[in-house]
Amino acid sequence: MKSFGPHRALDGLDLSVARGEVHGFLGPNGAGKSTTIRVLLGLLRVDSGEARLLGGDPWRDAAELHRRLAYVPGDVNLWPNLTGGEVIDLLGRLRGGLDERRRKELLDRFELDPTKKGRGYSKGNRQKVALVAALASDVELLLLDEPTSGLDPLMEAVFRDCVDEFRSEGHTVLLSSHILAEVEHLCDRVSIIRAGRCVETGTLAELRHLTSTSVTADLVTVPEGLERLPGVHDVDIDNHRVHLVVDTTRLDAVLDALQTGGLRSLESQPPTLEDLFLRHYGDRLRASGDGDPG
Amino acid sequence: MTGTVLLLRAFLRRDRWLYLWWGLGVALLYVSQAWSVDGLYTTQEEFDRAAANMAGNKALIAMAGPARALNTTGGQVTWQAAAFGAVCAGLMSMFVIGRHTRAEEESGRDELLRAAPVGRYAPACAALMDAVLANLVLGALVAGSLAAYGLALADSVGLGLGLSVTGWFFSATALVAVQLTASTRAAYGIAGAVIGVAYVLRAVGDVGAQALSWLSPIGWYQAMHAFSGLRWWPLLVPLVLTVVVVAVARAVFDRRDFGSGVVADRPGPARASGALGTGWGLALRLQRPALLGWAIGLLLSGLSFGAMGDSVGDLVGDSSLSQQMMLQGSADVVDGFYATLSVMLALLAAGFSVSSALRPRSEEDGGRLEPLLATALPRAGWLGGHVAVTLVGTLLVLALAGLGLGTSYALVTGDGGAMLRLALPAMTFAPAVLVLSGLARLLYGVVPRAAPLAWAALLLAWVVLLFGDVFDLPQWLQDLSPFEHLALVPLQDFSVAPFAAVSVVAALLSVVGQFAFLRRDVH
Repeated sequence: MKSFGPHRALDGLDLSVARGEVHGFLGPNGAGKSTTIRVLLGLLRVDSGEARLLGGDPWRDAAELHRRLAYVPGDVNLWPNLTGGEVIDLLGRLRGGLDERRRKELLDRFELDPTKKGRGYSKGNRQKVALVAALASDVELLLLDEPTSGLDPLMEAVFRDCVDEFRSEGHTVLLSSHILAEVEHLCDRVSIIRAGRCVETGTLAELRHLTSTSVTADLVTVPEGLERLPGVHDVDIDNHRVHLVVDTTRLDAVLDALQTGGLRSLESQPPTLEDLFLRHYGDRLRASGDGDPG
Repeated sequence: MTGTVLLLRAFLRRDRWLYLWWGLGVALLYVSQAWSVDGLYTTQEEFDRAAANMAGNKALIAMAGPARALNTTGGQVTWQAAAFGAVCAGLMSMFVIGRHTRAEEESGRDELLRAAPVGRYAPACAALMDAVLANLVLGALVAGSLAAYGLALADSVGLGLGLSVTGWFFSATALVAVQLTASTRAAYGIAGAVIGVAYVLRAVGDVGAQALSWLSPIGWYQAMHAFSGLRWWPLLVPLVLTVVVVAVARAVFDRRDFGSGVVADRPGPARASGALGTGWGLALRLQRPALLGWAIGLLLSGLSFGAMGDSVGDLVGDSSLSQQMMLQGSADVVDGFYATLSVMLALLAAGFSVSSALRPRSEEDGGRLEPLLATALPRAGWLGGHVAVTLVGTLLVLALAGLGLGTSYALVTGDGGAMLRLALPAMTFAPAVLVLSGLARLLYGVVPRAAPLAWAALLLAWVVLLFGDVFDLPQWLQDLSPFEHLALVPLQDFSVAPFAAVSVVAALLSVVGQFAFLRRDVH
């Protein structure tokens, strides 16, 4: 638990990241994602509860643990009069050394000019500086807090490749992100947090199970009582065409029922990560009244 | 030009406090000279003697300007305030122009504005009008306060208006400077250098090579001879040249792209030097420009203080007010005077020390601490680097200030033996200076938001030094200033016990602050 004055930023958050996985960390602004990462970095001390990082105490053993991890913040602030190259070297040296070959290779891949002063970089380029510094160091854990919010699609693809390579070496990543496609592409497991509490965690397949699938079918005859089947809602019948939404766990029974009507075509749409996300935040969108939950 | 008036109104709204503080500050600079001159000398005889002494002192002339009618209040005000007033007007103009033009362009806000129906020249035009108005306010406050004090009306108006026009000229040069570079800081560097050159040209000119003063905007202002045969025609020079320089700014503006300068931002090194890899190396690199600036400033202050030589008795005068202020009530004029000046130098050095101790706070506020602490750099190592720079830097600027004082005193008086005797006292106040920065450090560790309060402690030390005896401030209040507990070298003999005690206090403040920082949340 962690409070700032009367505001409770983390409220019984339970999160575990296994070695060798890329773990997606989702939640709206202010849900506590950055606070969690700052606790893991030993910048903030929890009021109660326990945080463990790489087998150590993130507060007490901060400097020692940091040799084994690298961090990229979402909002990278650079020193106005140090060049990007100087910052990469500085962060790398402070972490205990840089892989020279990787440094050069990453500068090429991210097309970053290391001779510019910090004040001359755009947001995306500042982020590249932090990414190169993090990826060029020899670490086993990456903490990434919305690391691609300023990158163009080409550079985001480069970033995905780099994370894939990092994982293939058996290393671990905690990736906080708003870009759901990125999370779907990269992450083995996902945690969704809300108001400082973890509301959902598991593989994408597991999470999909928790939500609904939409089904559209063309039938010879429409069977009776579809809307009475457990877990089915929003049934819409138009002549021989049926559209309905069903809880993914109840899909089986619905398919059986549809088959009795003589299936001519069937389309089913698995839930996207966006659906998962909206399932947990949809009520907030509806409450605010200006969102479109579809 | 569309939108100029609208922009000007928005600028004026943003700048109203700036107007007020600069205006009051500069007006006070002028009128306080009148007040202090009238307080210092009780008889005209005494005044004449001091004036003759000042007029014969080349160092003072280089610092202030041509010596004219120094045995009158108005002449003294003009002499002591005009050059510094012009520098202030120049700096204010530079900031007004810079913050509404290049700073807006650099931050990208200007882009937003230009997408609206606003003419190409509107922002620059509005900024220039803003600076013109700001300088008029400045001049009016100076003229008004001097006239209200009881000095001749025409001369007061001349001194005020001359200041406004000088400010206009520096606004125009600043407008050129902001076209030249893409960075606001660099533009301030260029505009500031123009002011500096103007000051130096007239200093050299006033001491000997008369013609040089006519190349300086500050020289034109002083050529008006306010309170010593006022003449208006020298105003024409800056007025005409202001128009010319604005036309130059426009020509440069037309030839550059939005967001860029004429001088491109130079690329820096692609690799960090070997020193940039430790907490100390980083802190030194970050604080180096400021340290260099303070070191030069303190050396020059020491040099100019020492240039007053050994004829200080006449300068100070016989009134008890000035004796208490400048000699701390002692009978030994030279030693008392230089003891006071040494404390003043130490208080100037405290400006570096406190701002250096507050640097970690601006690093943390700027979000530049987080990525560092995510590396293997321990908190103690990061802050320790800054502490070391503050400590070493403070001792360095104090040493340079003392060196300047001793050297120029020895040169002016020909008394080589006095050099060390006057160079060392500044260093003996180091523990008191470090108490002030230690306080800043303690506040930073415990309540970082309140850390700038350390400036208030520095202000208190100034007040106690200058007015403690004059206003008979209560003893407990005076005791709050760490300087009050140290021996007033060279007036008094150096004393080890208080030196050690104040040093311990300084160390305690700093160490407790550092420990508090290790235990708190970092944002």
